[in-house]
Amino acid sequence: MLQIKNLHASINSKEILKGLSLEINEGEVHAIMGPNGSGKSTLAAVLAGREIFEVTQGEVIYYGKNLFEMKPEDRARAGIFLGFQYPIEIPGVSMVNFMRAAVNEQRKYKGLTPLSSSDFLKLMREKKELVEIDSKLTNRSVNEGFSGGEKKKNEIFQMAMLEPKLAILDETDSGLDIDALRIVANGVNKLKRKDNASIVITHYQRLLDYIVPDFVHVLYKGRIVKSAGKELAFELEEKGYDWIKKEIGEE
Amino acid sequence: MDKEQDIILNEITGNEYKYGFVTDIETESIPKGLSEDVVRLISEKKGEPAFMLEYRLKAYRKWLTLTMPTWAHLKIPEINYQDIIFYSVPKQGAKYQSMDEVDPILKETFNKLGIPLEEQLHLAGVAVDAVMDSVSVKTTFKETLAELGIIFCSMNEAIKEHPNLLQKYLGSVVPYGDNFFAALNAAVFSDGSFVYIPKGVRCPMELSTYFRINAANTGQFERTLIIADEESYVSYLEGCTAPMRDENQLHAAVVEIVVMENAEVKYSTVQNWYPGDKNGKGGIFNFVTKRGICKGDNAKLSWTQVETGSAITWKYPSCILKGNNSAAEFYSVAVTNNYQQADTGTKMIHLGKNTKSRIVSKGISAGKSNNSYRGLVKISKKAENARNYSQCDSLLLGDQCGSHTFPYIDVQNTKAVVEHEATTSKIGEDQIFYCNQRGISTEDAVGLIVNGYVKEVLNKLPMEFAVEAQKLLQISLEGSVG
Ligand SMILES: Nc1ncnc2c1ncn2[C@@H]1O[C@H](COP(=O)(O)OP(=O)(O)OP(=O)(O)O)[C@@H](O)[C@H]1O
Ligand SMILES: [Mg+2]
Repeated sequence: MLQIKNLHASINSKEILKGLSLEINEGEVHAIMGPNGSGKSTLAAVLAGREIFEVTQGEVIYYGKNLFEMKPEDRARAGIFLGFQYPIEIPGVSMVNFMRAAVNEQRKYKGLTPLSSSDFLKLMREKKELVEIDSKLTNRSVNEGFSGGEKKKNEIFQMAMLEPKLAILDETDSGLDIDALRIVANGVNKLKRKDNASIVITHYQRLLDYIVPDFVHVLYKGRIVKSAGKELAFELEEKGYDWIKKEIGEE
Repeated sequence: MDKEQDIILNEITGNEYKYGFVTDIETESIPKGLSEDVVRLISEKKGEPAFMLEYRLKAYRKWLTLTMPTWAHLKIPEINYQDIIFYSVPKQGAKYQSMDEVDPILKETFNKLGIPLEEQLHLAGVAVDAVMDSVSVKTTFKETLAELGIIFCSMNEAIKEHPNLLQKYLGSVVPYGDNFFAALNAAVFSDGSFVYIPKGVRCPMELSTYFRINAANTGQFERTLIIADEESYVSYLEGCTAPMRDENQLHAAVVEIVVMENAEVKYSTVQNWYPGDKNGKGGIFNFVTKRGICKGDNAKLSWTQVETGSAITWKYPSCILKGNNSAAEFYSVAVTNNYQQADTGTKMIHLGKNTKSRIVSKGISAGKSNNSYRGLVKISKKAENARNYSQCDSLLLGDQCGSHTFPYIDVQNTKAVVEHEATTSKIGEDQIFYCNQRGISTEDAVGLIVNGYVKEVLNKLPMEFAVEAQKLLQISLEGSVG
């Protein structure tokens, strides 16, 4: 579904992604790990269409279409979901209004009619149960005053509502307590289907106990320097990144 | 609430001012310019009793001695008062016995404005006084209201049929010499609405007036007087639109409200005069004096306004809290975009004991516009235990617009409690992106955020008005971000 070829991207003329390539197929779970500042969130933001990053080279094809010709909202409507590392607060906008707008925009894009109020509320209820999120949160303004963990949970709730084709989860596990981690991971697993895929960005092998990846990639200095199966995550957890730096001829 | 949101999101039509049409009906006008003769002519054309002509002449002479106020944070181009037509009437005259007699083109105008004058209104429970070019065209539901002793009619009619009430209350809250524009209005007003709610009566429906400027080169000077006698209640709505024209047009209205003991008045406005085009050409100059008095004990007055239109807005709906335990509120949303300028706010004058006032002002500025809140809270010596709470928020879209807050506080009683809070926020690029990432376009994201920001004020409006106001906000701000 997604082909990233030789992607270069920069911010304020500082190059962050330096020739990144990656292919993702339906049904796959990809984990991306890598040291702080290596460009993981940048990759996620570029895929989602954040304009402050400038793509200088390379291409990304999403279901046969040039991703960079799609507006950010169209990418979302076409099934790309980004679980933010730092979810944004929108005071005054209720979760209900926000989600209803999001769900109906997606439906419109697919040529469907908007959900009726009762169907929408039913969907909300269903998904709230699925990700075990408290109604107290979904009755408030978007992320306003949510704790760090609550914000992350809310990202997964939104993902459940929107049922994306490609979910990019940027450190959704950090800040979660042990129970929440299990709940969130289970939520992700329950949403997994043969025809969707996810990119899970994380620092910890722990999450991958729950969400078992088909591939683990190491992103370092804006490039994927190593890809392997899930065993790579254990190795990284144990040994850190130094040995990889050595392998690629640094230090 | 949510359903309305849907409606709003689905109803984005384009950022054109959709009320900008001109109705092609014959009008009877007098020549441009202002003089004592013109004042006499207006009074004569309206067949007014002598006391009115006297009142107008006093006002006119006072006006000659006044100058336009310059303290507002506004750039006002020079206004040539000799170039304005001070009286213009839809020709067929103002008296209709039934709906069938109303000029079809005029009916069409009101339909375009979304004001069904006929039965639909009955169902909606709204009684409408529609004022076109300052002349009352038809007042609906007069009979229903009359049974309760409620008077709801055009000012012109009130002057003739209720001269005692008029003589007693006209100018009692806003004296003709109050300010430059109030004096001008008193001298030349051609019509407006009059409401009297008798003692102990709760008005069973929303009373509503729509104002429309149609003729070119005309000023609109309507005058509204509302009297709520003891233990009575009324909710009053005012809406307004104007055609798109390249030249500026003057609107100088006066609203006076008298609230007696234990009575309550709610006054809501959705102001949508033509704001001028993207480059600041044309638009209405809106100089309005609105003031109410809580005359008796336990009286209540509430102003709610949504200001989206006009090239220039100069407007401070105020309240004199004279009765003990009386209470007043001012809830305001003022939006400016492109080259619009607004200087608006309120005055709360506490005279009685245990009086309370609450001010919630939400300014939204976009484009190259300027938006100022100006408010006075005055607690006099005798106003024991008076309380005021003010909250003034500004929301900025883009960085070429200006937003200013001028709160004046004058407290002469040591037992008074006056609180003031102010915030300024900007719609963040990260908030927009977050919405985009969930499939919501930038324009809709701004709509969502703005509607969330103004919710507290819109909740004060009657339902149908709140929907209208939400639509207006979205339309006014279209194209202002991204
Ligand atoms: N807005 C910005 N302005 C300047 N530099 C930026 C900006 N955003 C990211 N960067 C830089 O780009 C590099 C990559 O950042 P990115 O957030 O993608 O890293 P990451 O791999 O997600 O790190 P972490 O594991 O800490 O989340 C960093 O050096 C960061 O400082
Ligand atoms: Mg990151």
